[in-house]
Amino acid sequence: MQILQLKNTVAFMSYRKAALLLSLVLMLASVFSLATNKLNFGLDFTGGTLIEIGFDKTADLNKIREIMDTNGFDDAVVKFYGSSRDVVIRLATREDVKAEMLGNQVLDILQSGTGETIDMRRIEFVGASVGDELAEQGGLAMLTALICILVYVAFRFEWRFALGSVFALFHDVLLTLGLFSVLQLEFDLTVLAAILAVIGYSLNDTIVVSDRIRENFRKVRVGGAEEIINISLTQTLSRTVITSITTLLVLAALFFKGGALIHGFATALLLGVFVGTYSSVYVASSVALALGISKEDLIPEVIEKEGADQDEMMP
Amino acid sequence: MLNKYPLWKTLMVLFIVAIGAIYALPNLYPEDPAVQVSGLRGIETTAATLDTVKSHLDENKISYASISMEGGQILARFKDTEQQLRARDLLDDSIGDQYSVALNLTPATPQWLASIGGTPMKLGLDLSGGVSFLMEVNMQEAIVKVQKSLVDDFRTGLRTENIRYRSVKQVNDAINIQFRNAEDLANAESFLEKQNRDLLFSSDESNLTLSAKMSEQKLKETREYALQQNITIIRNRVNELGVAEPLVQRQGKKHIVIELPGVQDTAKAKEILSATATIEFRLVDTEGDLSAALNGRVPGSSQLLKERSGQPVLLKKRVMLTGDHIVDAGSSFDEYSRPQVNITLDSAGGNKMSNSTKSNIGKPMATVFIEFKPTNRVDAQGNTIFEKVEEVISVATIQARLGKTFRITGAGSQAEAHNLALLLRAGALVAPIQIVEERTVGPTLGAENVQLGFQAIMLGFALVFAFMLIYYRAFGVVANLGLGANLVLIIGVMSMIPGAALTLPGMAGIVLTVGMAVDANVLIFERIREEMRAGKSIQQSIHQGYDAAFSTIIDANITTLIAALILFAVGTGPIKGFAITLSIGIITSMFTAVVGTRTVVNAVWGGKRLDKLSI
Repeated sequence: MQILQLKNTVAFMSYRKAALLLSLVLMLASVFSLATNKLNFGLDFTGGTLIEIGFDKTADLNKIREIMDTNGFDDAVVKFYGSSRDVVIRLATREDVKAEMLGNQVLDILQSGTGETIDMRRIEFVGASVGDELAEQGGLAMLTALICILVYVAFRFEWRFALGSVFALFHDVLLTLGLFSVLQLEFDLTVLAAILAVIGYSLNDTIVVSDRIRENFRKVRVGGAEEIINISLTQTLSRTVITSITTLLVLAALFFKGGALIHGFATALLLGVFVGTYSSVYVASSVALALGISKEDLIPEVIEKEGADQDEMMP
Repeated sequence: MLNKYPLWKTLMVLFIVAIGAIYALPNLYPEDPAVQVSGLRGIETTAATLDTVKSHLDENKISYASISMEGGQILARFKDTEQQLRARDLLDDSIGDQYSVALNLTPATPQWLASIGGTPMKLGLDLSGGVSFLMEVNMQEAIVKVQKSLVDDFRTGLRTENIRYRSVKQVNDAINIQFRNAEDLANAESFLEKQNRDLLFSSDESNLTLSAKMSEQKLKETREYALQQNITIIRNRVNELGVAEPLVQRQGKKHIVIELPGVQDTAKAKEILSATATIEFRLVDTEGDLSAALNGRVPGSSQLLKERSGQPVLLKKRVMLTGDHIVDAGSSFDEYSRPQVNITLDSAGGNKMSNSTKSNIGKPMATVFIEFKPTNRVDAQGNTIFEKVEEVISVATIQARLGKTFRITGAGSQAEAHNLALLLRAGALVAPIQIVEERTVGPTLGAENVQLGFQAIMLGFALVFAFMLIYYRAFGVVANLGLGANLVLIIGVMSMIPGAALTLPGMAGIVLTVGMAVDANVLIFERIREEMRAGKSIQQSIHQGYDAAFSTIIDANITTLIAALILFAVGTGPIKGFAITLSIGIITSMFTAVVGTRTVVNAVWGGKRLDKLSI
C-alpha cells in the first residue's frame, strides 16, 4: 500500500516565506498568550493541596462546595475529574493548618458532611518552595536538553543544521506551550515530561530530513541548495507522514484509554507531534537555507575517489 | 551472496531476545499474599523466631503455603488473603512488640527463575497505591545548633585557660568574642585556633574582637551529618510502620524521599514519621527491693522498667540528664577491644553530668529510650492515642566522674553498640525536618491506573500492528515481530534493573516507544521501496535500504536518548519512570528494528533470486 505516490518533486521551499511568516505569527501569538494568559500551572508548580475522591454515584459539586465553604475552605476549587463520580478539590497552602494534615482533614469533613462513603483516591500536597524548585529544574532541564542537542547536531552535521534544528525545537516547545496557555490546560510535571518527549520526537523528524539533505548534497550533482532541499523533503515525506500516523495512533490510544492522569501528557504530545511534523518540513530546513547552506559546506574536503558515490559491491 | 547472516549472528539475536523473554517471564506469575516478619531495633530474626511464628500459626490453625527465612526476614505465604490477614493480626498481637509484622504480596516466581535472579517489575506508587513523602531538613537550624554549642565551648575553653573575655556572641554566621586587651585577644586566638582547626578565625585589633566562622568544609560536614542522621532516624521509624518494601532515600542536598507502598492510613504514617524519641540517663535504684517491686510494691521515688531482654530494673525517677544534650554518639572499641559507645554532650550537659555523677561513682547508671508510639486506639477527637514506651537500653557502672565526653561499655556485641549509638543520636535531632511534598494514591486508583495503562499499551500496539500489516504486508509482519520483541526486551530489562519501577507515565513511555520504534522500520522500508523504484535488484534494494537508513536511525535515536537522559537526571518519581522506559525503549528498539528485523528478513528473503517483494 502507498499513501503518497509522488512522481515529481514538490517545491516545498517556494512556500518557505509564507511558512516562516506563519511560524513567526504563531510564535508571537504564543509569547503574547504566555505573557497575558500565563500558563495554568498545576499543583506541582504552585504548591498547595489536591484531594481526589470517588463517589458511588454522580457527585453533587454544589453540595461539596457548600460543605467546604461552611468549614472555612472558601478558596477550594471543586471540579469533576475524568468522570462525574470523581471529584478533585484543590486548595492553596494555608497558614493555620499544618499543610500535611490538610488532606485528611478535608476528607473527614466531606465524609461527615455528605454522609456518603467516600473513596480516597489521591491526596497530593506540595510545599510552595518545592513548587518553585520544580519549576526551576524543569526550565533548566529544557535548556540543557536544547544545548546538548545543539552540540550533538553541530558535531554530526553542520552548525547551520544545528541552529536550524534547535530553532525548530524552540518553535515546537513555544507553540505547544502557547496552545496550553490559550486553551488554559493544566500544566503539570507530566506535561513537562511530554514536552521533553516532543523535543525528542521533533528532533527525530528533523534529523531524518537533514540526513537526507546532506546525502543529496553529496549525491545529486545538479540544482541549487533550494532544489536539493525540495528533493530531500519529497523523498522523506512519505516516511514523515507514516511515522506521524503511527505516533498519532498510539497517542490516541493514550488519550482515550490512558485515564485522566495521563490526559495532559497525551494532549501535549498530540499537539507537539502536529507542530513537530510541520516544523521538520518547514522550519528546520528553511532556517538552514536562510543561513546560506550550500553544497560546499557538506561535501568533505578530500577529493572524492572515482566511483565513491557509486554503490559498493558486497564482497 | 547478498543478505545472508552468518549462523552465529542469527543465534546471537535469538539468544538476546530469549534472555529478555526469560527475565520478562516472572511478570506473568501471580502474587501470593504473604506476611513478613522482621526484627525491630536491632533484634534479629533467627531460626528460633521462625519456630515461634510456626507454632503460633499452628496453634491457631492458620494454614500457610510455605514459611521460610529470606534475607534476614521471615516470609510466610498464604493461599488467600483471609488467612493472611488472620495471621497478621495474630502475629502482631503475640510478637508485635519485638518484630515488625507487615502484609506483603510476594511474587510466586518459580524456583528456577528466582535462582537466576528473575523478579517481576516493581510497581511505582501510582500503580501499587501508597504514599510518598518528600521531607526537607532544616539546614539553617542544624548550623545554628552547631554555632550555639561552639559559643558554649568557647566560653568554657577560655575560662579554663584563664583568658578573660567581655562577651561571646553569635552574630549572623559568625561567632564574635570581645576582649578587654590585645594580649587576651592574641592568647585566645592562638588557643582557640589550635582547638578548632575546622574554623576560620579573624581578629580585629582595633575593636579587640576575635571572630570565628565555620569553614566551607565544616559547613558541608554539618549539613551532610544532619541529612544522614535524619535518614537513619527515619529508617528506624519506617521499620516500625510495618511496611513491606519501604524506600528511604536522599534526594539532592537537603531532601529525603520516603515511599511507603500499600500504606493507606497516611495520618498514622505522618504521626510516626514526625514522632519524637528521647533519651534519659537515670540511676539504678540499688537500695530498693526488686522482688518486692515486681510484686507491686514499688518505692515512691523509683520506677520499674524492663530491659530489652525482659529483665526488670528498678530505676530512680530523678533524671540525671536528657538526650537533647547529646551532640554526638558513635561506636568504637575500647583498649580490650570490647565494643563501646562514645557520647559527646554540649557544655551545659557536660556540667550537669559532671555534677550528678561525682557522688555516684561505682553505681550503675541506666540509659532509657523513650518513644511515643501510636496505638490502635483513638480519642474523642479521632486522633490516634500515643503511648509512652520506656525501655532500658543499657545499664553500665559509673567508673569516674563524667564530663562532656564519656563512654558506655558493656553494651554487648559490636552491632548492639552501633545500634545504641544510633538510638542515642535519635534522641537529639540536629535539624528538624518537615514534610514538603506528599502524594497519596488510594488502592482503587492504583489498580485502575494499572488497568488503564495496560489497556492503552494493548490498544496502541493493536493499532500500530494493524497499520503496519496493511501498509507493508509481509514486511509489516517483520516489523511487528520486531515490535513484539521490543516490548519483551523492555519488560525484561525493566525487571532486571533493581531500582527501576514501572509508573503510569512509564507505561505511557512504553506506548510512545511503540509508536516511535516503528519509525526505524518505516525509514528502512521506505528506503527499500525507493531503491526498488530506482531500478535496483531486490536483494540490492534490501541491502541498500538497511545500510542507508542506519546512520539516520542512529542519529535520530541518540538525540532522543539525550532528551530522555536529561529527563531522567532531573525528574523524580513518576517522571523518572517515564524517562526510564523511554530510554530503555530507545535502546532496545534500535536493536530490534535494525538487527532484529534484518535477521528475519535475511532468513526469509535473503540469498534468493526474487522477482517480487511483499513490501
